[in-house]
Amino acid sequence: MKSSVITFPGSNCDRDMDVALKKFGFTNKMVWHDDNELPNSDLVVLPGGFSYGDYLRCGSMASKSKIMRSVINFAKSGGLVMGICNGFQILVETGLVPGVLLRNKYLEFICKNVFVKLDNKENAYFKNLNKDILEFHIAHNEGNYFCTKDQLKEIKDNNQIAIYYCNKEGKIEDQYNPNGSIKNIAGIFNKEKNVLGMMPHPERMIDQSLSGEDGSIFFKNLINNIK
Amino acid sequence: MKVSAIITLKKDVLDPQGKVIHQALDGMGFENISEIRQGKYFEIDVNENDPNKAKAVVEEMCKKLLANLVIENFKIIETQ
Repeated sequence: MKSSVITFPGSNCDRDMDVALKKFGFTNKMVWHDDNELPNSDLVVLPGGFSYGDYLRCGSMASKSKIMRSVINFAKSGGLVMGICNGFQILVETGLVPGVLLRNKYLEFICKNVFVKLDNKENAYFKNLNKDILEFHIAHNEGNYFCTKDQLKEIKDNNQIAIYYCNKEGKIEDQYNPNGSIKNIAGIFNKEKNVLGMMPHPERMIDQSLSGEDGSIFFKNLINNIK
Repeated sequence: MKVSAIITLKKDVLDPQGKVIHQALDGMGFENISEIRQGKYFEIDVNENDPNKAKAVVEEMCKKLLANLVIENFKIIETQ
């Protein structure tokens, strides 16, 4: 299975993602933001970081970079595109997934482990996962998911909510919402479910001695789903 | 000619920075403020002499990049 990780100026989770993808069997290529064409890929990942120094709005400049035209075409033709953290911010700025990510409600950069609950397993990312609650890591300043009332209704009607912030037992309540996101939303899909944007970093949970194994569970399942 | 664009958050979008600035000013003795909303201001020198054309170009910039219309409004002002 072939994957591509896009590196923008200011990306800093691109190598972690490369390590994670390779560990679970992907043949991964790093792709520079100024390239014109994506290599042949089964999965494209927009990694975390601070692309273009978070100028203007997080993800806004990266969403207009050269390679993104190819990424948008790839997504529109049904290709799997996953945006993590800054990658999620880039996805909302391209319009591939609805909504926007605002500054965290309490103006703090949040760096900690969180639990997320899967809402929808009818997609290539979560199909066949034998867990509904995963422990991932978040590290962001602008992760406060916001969308209009009409958009919220639409994403609910189309089952586009991918994951919610919750507690260890899977309870989705205000007190487990780290950043003020509407309805505790931590990640969403596009309508077709081939594009996934989420704030948590599964690539930081692939080694028991460093963090945890829920990222390993996610990536192992993902590559099996794509095969 | 110079055209300016002012980007503001829409009414129902939370503005925590504005809130904190409000609190700080309040603490400094500026007590008669009911609300503060933080926005962005751009001054753009467009190579165009026709003000309507220049404003139209900046409007397109706002729609495509400078503002995110999910959360922000923009206003264009001819400055020179």
